[in-house]
Amino acid sequence: MTTVLKTESLNKTYRLGGFINRVKINALDEVNLHVESDEPVIISLVGESGSGKTTLAKVILRLVYPSSGTATVYDEQVAGTGSNPSKNQFLSAIQPIFQNPFEAFSAYRSVDKYLQRTARRINAKSEKDAEAAIEDALASVGLKYQDVKGKYRNQFSGGELQRISIARALIPRPKMIIADEPVSMIDASLRMNIINLFLSLKEDYNTSFLYITHDLATAYYVSDYIAVMYRGSIVEFGDAKSILTRPVHPYTQLLLDSIALTDRKWERTQHGAADIEAKEFQFTGCRFRNRCPLAEDICKHERPQAISLPDGRDVYCHFAEETIQKMEITT
Amino acid sequence: MIKLNNIIATYTTERGQVNAVDGLNLEFPSGKTIGIAGESGCGKSTLLKVVYGDLIYPLSLTSGNVEYGFTGDFGTEVTTKDIKDHWFKRISYIPQASMSSLNPVLRIRRQFVDFQGVDQDKEQILAEVREYVKSLDLPPEAIDAYPHQLSGGMRQRIMVAMGTFFKPDIILADEPTTALDVVVQKSILMLLMDIQEQMGNTILFVSHDMGVHYQLTHKMLIMYAAKAVEFGDSEAVFGEPLHPYTKMLTDSLPTIGDDHIREGVSGRPPSLWDDLVGCRFAARCPLATEICRQQEPELVEHKPGHFSACHHADQV
Repeated sequence: MTTVLKTESLNKTYRLGGFINRVKINALDEVNLHVESDEPVIISLVGESGSGKTTLAKVILRLVYPSSGTATVYDEQVAGTGSNPSKNQFLSAIQPIFQNPFEAFSAYRSVDKYLQRTARRINAKSEKDAEAAIEDALASVGLKYQDVKGKYRNQFSGGELQRISIARALIPRPKMIIADEPVSMIDASLRMNIINLFLSLKEDYNTSFLYITHDLATAYYVSDYIAVMYRGSIVEFGDAKSILTRPVHPYTQLLLDSIALTDRKWERTQHGAADIEAKEFQFTGCRFRNRCPLAEDICKHERPQAISLPDGRDVYCHFAEETIQKMEITT
Repeated sequence: MIKLNNIIATYTTERGQVNAVDGLNLEFPSGKTIGIAGESGCGKSTLLKVVYGDLIYPLSLTSGNVEYGFTGDFGTEVTTKDIKDHWFKRISYIPQASMSSLNPVLRIRRQFVDFQGVDQDKEQILAEVREYVKSLDLPPEAIDAYPHQLSGGMRQRIMVAMGTFFKPDIILADEPTTALDVVVQKSILMLLMDIQEQMGNTILFVSHDMGVHYQLTHKMLIMYAAKAVEFGDSEAVFGEPLHPYTKMLTDSLPTIGDDHIREGVSGRPPSLWDDLVGCRFAARCPLATEICRQQEPELVEHKPGHFSACHHADQV
C-alpha cells in the first residue's frame, strides 16, 4: 500500500502581539493523519474558520514551515526536519488550486501565459510539447485551447476560470492536488460541475485530492476520507460516509446539526453555550470543552487521545466509546 | 406592503450603461421574510440598494419607483428619493462584511449612538441599547469593545442588533451570514427569525444558499440575469418549482446520506451587455423551444400567489 498522506505530530505555532502581550496560537496542534491506499482518494478537511485547515494545506505545500513534526505525501517527506525535495520535483507531484480564481490570475496577463509557464518550467517541455500538454489538460476540464488563448481573466466566468486553474494544476500530472475551498466563490448552479470534475479526474488521471471546505454536503458527495478539525486539532478522522451519517464527536454532531437543509426545518430551540465562539488561545485539556454538552472534569485536565473505533475512524473524545454504545442502543 | 413598480436600475460605466435590474413588478407582503436568490450578477444586491434608496453613482434608477407602504412626517407617500430620511428608523440594512462596516477606531457603543439628536440624552440611549443587546442574549459588555476584539459571529450579531434597535418596518439583509461558519450562521439566523416574529418586520433576505432560504423565508424571489423568474410561497417554490432554473438550482445540491449523482447546470448566464432576445435562460434550459428564443416570457401568476416567467411552466 502507498502512503497517500501522513502527518506525524504536526505542530505550527504563530506568535502574535508584542513583548508584553504576546500570545501564541497553536494553528496546528499534534495533527496525526494517515491515509494508505493504492487507489487515488479524495480526503476532505472540514472545520470552521480558524480551525487550521488552510495552515495544514500550506504546510503540505511547503509555503509554511511547521514548528515540529513531519508530513509525507506519496512516500516522500514534504515538510518538517529533513525534507528537501527539489522544487520542480515537488511541484510535479503536488499542485494547488486556490479559493478565488479571480485573484489567482492577474488582470494584466492572459491566462494561457500561466499554463505555458507551468508546462515549460515544471515539465521542461519545448514550446510545441508544452502546447500539446496544455491542450490535453484543458480538454480534460472541458475547455479548448483556442477559447482560452490570449484571453484575460475578466473574459471568463468564475466557473470557467476555476476550470482553467484546475487545468493548470493538471499539466504536470500531479499525484495530489490540494484544493483550498475551490467552490466557495462559485455560483450554486456551476458548483456541481467542478465537484463532478474532481470525481472524473480522480478516475481518469489517478489524481488524489485534499479537498478543504466548510461545506459538509459536498464533502459527503466527493470524499473517501474526512478529517474534522477544531482549533488546530483533529477531532474525528476516518471514512467520510460513516462519519457524516453517524458522527461520534460532539463537535461533528454540532456541525451536522447546523447545516441549513432544504428538506427539514430547524427545531426552534434556545441555544446554549454551544454556538458562542470565544477568542481564547491558551487551552489545557480538550479544546471543545466550553461548548461541549458532555464536558466533565476530565476534559479540563486531560487532552483526549485518539480512540480507534471498529469502523476504522479515530475520535479524539474521552466519551467516544460511551457515545457509540448509546448510538447502538438507540438503533 | 412593498410595491416595486417596473424597476429598472442602471450602472453607468466606461463601456456605457447596463441594466442590472431590468423591469421588476412585484408586491412583497408586510410582516414576512422574503428571500431573494440567484447567482452573482443577477441583480439581487442591486435590487436591495434600490429599495434602500442608496442610489449613488454609478447606480441610478432609470425608471420605476418603490412604494414602501408608509407615509412620511407630512403625510406624503415615501419614495426612493426620501427614504434616506427614514434610514435605521423605518428601514435598515444588515451588510455582509461586518468588519468593514464598523469603524475600527471607535468603540461599538459610540457607533450605536452616532445619529442626529442624541447629544442631550446619550446616557439614556446607551442604557436602552444595553438593555436591548441583553434582550437578544448577547453580552452587554460587547458594545464596550472595539470591533477587532470581537469574533466574526459576535460582530455580525452586533450588526443585527444595530439594524433592529429602532424596530424598523423593513430590514434589508445582504448575505449577512455568508462569511461565517455553519454553527454561527445557524445562531444568527435563529436570532433574526426570533426578532422577525416578535416585531413583525418585513425582511428582504439576499443569499445564494438555498438551504438558508428554506429555513428562514416565507416567500421566495428567484432572479436570473436581471429578471425575476419565479416568485411565490417558499414551500411552493421549493416543493413544486414552476421555472426550470429554480428546479436545477435546488436539485443540483448534494445532501448528506443521499448518494445520487448530481449534475450542475451547464453554460453560463448571458452577458447583460449583449442584446438579449427571448428568454434569458433559454441557452441553458432543457425545455427550451423556438418560442423561448424569440419571445421573452412575462412573469405570470400560474397558481394563486405563485408567479413564474416561463413559456413551459406547466412542464417543469
